[in-house]
Amino acid sequence: MEPILTKYVKQPGGASLDFYMKVGGYEGLRKSLGMTPDQVVDVVKQSGLRGRGGAGFPTGMKWQFVDKKSPKPKYICCNADESEPGTFKDHVLMERNPHLLFEGCLIACHAIGAKVAYIYIRGEFYHVQQVLERELAKARAAGLVGKNIMGTGFDCDIFVHRGAGAYEAGEETALIESLEGKKAQPRLKPPFPAVAGLYDCPTAVNNVETLCNVPFIITEGAEAFAKLGPEKNGGPKLYCISGHVKNPGVYETSMHTTLRELIYDPKFGGGIRGGHQLKCVIPGGSSVPVLLPEQLDIPASFDGVASAGSMLGSAGLIVMDETTCMVWAAQNLLYFYKHESCGKCTPCREGGDWLHKLLMKIERGDGEMRDLDLLLSVANNIAGKTLCAFGDAAATPVLTTIKTFRAEYEAHIREGRCTLPASWRASHPVLAAH
Amino acid sequence: MSFHPLMEYGAGHHQSARVLPEEGPAFQFTAANLAKLEEICTRYPAERRKSAIIAALYLAQGQQGYITLSAMRAVAAAIRCSTAEVEDIVYFYTMFYTRPMGKHIVMVCRTLSCALAGAERVTETLSKELGLRPGETDANREFSLLEVECLGACDRAPVVGVNDDWHECQQPEAAKALIDGLRAAGAGSLTGCHLKVAGE
Repeated sequence: MEPILTKYVKQPGGASLDFYMKVGGYEGLRKSLGMTPDQVVDVVKQSGLRGRGGAGFPTGMKWQFVDKKSPKPKYICCNADESEPGTFKDHVLMERNPHLLFEGCLIACHAIGAKVAYIYIRGEFYHVQQVLERELAKARAAGLVGKNIMGTGFDCDIFVHRGAGAYEAGEETALIESLEGKKAQPRLKPPFPAVAGLYDCPTAVNNVETLCNVPFIITEGAEAFAKLGPEKNGGPKLYCISGHVKNPGVYETSMHTTLRELIYDPKFGGGIRGGHQLKCVIPGGSSVPVLLPEQLDIPASFDGVASAGSMLGSAGLIVMDETTCMVWAAQNLLYFYKHESCGKCTPCREGGDWLHKLLMKIERGDGEMRDLDLLLSVANNIAGKTLCAFGDAAATPVLTTIKTFRAEYEAHIREGRCTLPASWRASHPVLAAH
Repeated sequence: MSFHPLMEYGAGHHQSARVLPEEGPAFQFTAANLAKLEEICTRYPAERRKSAIIAALYLAQGQQGYITLSAMRAVAAAIRCSTAEVEDIVYFYTMFYTRPMGKHIVMVCRTLSCALAGAERVTETLSKELGLRPGETDANREFSLLEVECLGACDRAPVVGVNDDWHECQQPEAAKALIDGLRAAGAGSLTGCHLKVAGE
């Protein structure tokens, strides 16, 4: 498939407003301003666009749920907190195609009746924030953002809001809390943001890539978008491939593409690095179950990956070869989850730490067979018992690696050591994992 | 009198284990930073100044290098909230420091994709080179070594952040070169983000 969202990412000057206008930029906005908000929502609904942040929820429905009759202001919050381990697609879009995101934000605002969109960007993306601010100023000067946009009477502003280091801020209600100047902790739902979101006003929170798809849908039509992919999985999709592949990177293709093609095709990942074999892949960012080499002949679509028992999530493929110890990998991820837990719900705050302690005990060689049942018990007491999906995400690396690689855990415990101490790991495991 | 007969005053039971932030020298925002903050506040509804709290803390940290209790009070006054609310934010988000840091804050991404590419060994060699364990700052405040969670550039692993800049594809063997480069040319020695296209 010819790239749509990333067509010009390698073009010198491709991020500038001048270039964007030259290749038909802001035409989607122009066209949408000639449509009623309901017509815009309908086209997006018909296109079947599903949220690219991880959950895959239909975007048109999210917009439709926004309480338009409310007398309060409405808001679009763009989730640019891209923090899911293994995910780096929004980074590319924002740095190399910022006006596409602004155009998507403006169309979304028109659709739900908002006058302001906030782009919540993670604190670590300082260099990306600089690009966004620079280009935003140009768009404002050109009358594309601000008052009376394109002379149509449509007023809409976009502001970039920088976070300060919190994975949890990527959860939509935690993002809203953070934007309000509080700790990034999730809210009890309902009420959903569509009813009471930012400042208690009706709000839609959309991922960067999701909003970047909107201009194409408006200019080319819902059908053109839908037919790019399998049924209910239309449009272009960005995949982030990292780990033990020859060509890690961001690749845009349709969701017809299989996971095997993404990993092995020279156009994409290009296969496993020199002389090694694939052990497993995490297909959708660190929070989803692993898939084995024999499970890869499925479309890398929301529904395709779900049918194999995992999730497409944020489409971050983390590829691991046979030198990877799965107890170590689970330990690495649980360190992440225990570090990033926002602390609001007890099962996640306490359980994540316990899971990590138990994994470290096994990895160092002090494990006992009963620890496996204890791990499963703790993990199952986190999953589904927290306000947000973080709990499920934290339990997943443990549940999936024990389910798929139980023999490896047992070998660690039996032999009293890590049975796969790869050369690329620290020689002193304590330093590596505190 | 104690509220419980078994917990007498002076026995240590009533002392809070909470570590208070350092008072630090008297802190005042510069006029330029105050003006910048006021501009940022206009992005939010007038009654929602608190939305600018993270921005205010960045300005304070940029001015002083780290956040002290005195700086928190200045932020609270500027945002019109309580100092406790500011403290809450400072301790929740990882990018605010409550102690003096080195001139170069070297942050190694330790999450899975970087770890698969050798991030543990990057930390190990940097640690040996600098004589610092992760989390420490050297005596003359030249370097701080930190481990951080996924930075979102996993295709260019291992990624090392240095202050607001990035250095990508950091091989463990090249740790000394990274340190030497920072000493000689500061951020100019870093690769930056690969998305910067040649010819720009």
